[in-house]
Amino acid sequence: MKAKFLIPLILFIGLVVFLAIGLNRDPHEVPSPLINKSAPAFELSQLADANKTFSPTSMKGQVWILNVWASWCVACREEHPVLVELAKSQMAPVIGLDYKDKREDALAMLAKQGNPYILSAFDGNGRVGIDYGVYGVPETYIIDQVGVIRFKHIGPLTMDLLNQKIYPLLNELKKS
Amino acid sequence: MRRVFLLAICVLSLGNVFAKDAAPLADDLVTEQRLISISEEMRCLVCQNESLAGSRSDLANDLRREIRILIKEGKSDDQIRSFMVERYGDFVLYRPPVKPVTWLLWIGPFVILGLGIAGLLMYLRRRNSRVPNVMLTDADNQKIDALLNASDKKEG
Repeated sequence: MKAKFLIPLILFIGLVVFLAIGLNRDPHEVPSPLINKSAPAFELSQLADANKTFSPTSMKGQVWILNVWASWCVACREEHPVLVELAKSQMAPVIGLDYKDKREDALAMLAKQGNPYILSAFDGNGRVGIDYGVYGVPETYIIDQVGVIRFKHIGPLTMDLLNQKIYPLLNELKKS
Repeated sequence: MRRVFLLAICVLSLGNVFAKDAAPLADDLVTEQRLISISEEMRCLVCQNESLAGSRSDLANDLRREIRILIKEGKSDDQIRSFMVERYGDFVLYRPPVKPVTWLLWIGPFVILGLGIAGLLMYLRRRNSRVPNVMLTDADNQKIDALLNASDKKEG
């Protein structure tokens, strides 16, 4: 009979657990439907040289990283040193997608802060961004040898994320 | 002084010349109405409490433009919805589709309601059986009648 008095307490603890989980999740991190699907094809001019183009098909056969960024994006600046670190590790080529930006602004930012990208594709009107389901720059995609998106991160990359998630995943993908 | 003032007014009013144009409406009302009916059912991912129809975020603008193009291309509402879901997931839809992942979402509340009703019924039944079934004797009945009559008289 005594156990009966514990029921409200147990219900309350259950509620607290649910709320704690709910409060600690970022509602902006919506699971992408693109995981394990082919990376959408596109052909865009390169940021540094408008006469050259970039297309994901040219990356077939290697694991690579697509990072969506823009000069107007504050969180991208925060992420920048982490990207430099990622590029330095030489684990995988990092391609930029300059999203809804102005060429001169973007180039100025890279000149000032350093350029972690092998190259950046220039998506001035954001049309390719829509195909990739971009809604909060920066976003980062890891794409495998056959062009399938294996991982997506919304928001700035952190060193913790690199060490705990991205490096292990890159190692695993490169083995296969 | 006056000339400087006039010049200042001229220069300041130039700002209006460079003001942003209003976002273009589609040329025809039919497209616009379909756009609204589709985008009202969709969530803007940047400001998640706003619909795609009502949001002023840049992405919502782009997506409305994209939906206009799809409408002009003669795509059906379902095709446009799947265009959005392929890119942004079921989360863009205010009415998520019924499928195994969303069963809990759709049926969950009814399951909880059912559990509540079952619990209530069980509680009531148990309480009913616990109330002792007292048989009144003739003496008890007489006492009750006497009491009732007494109070009647008082009121009368």
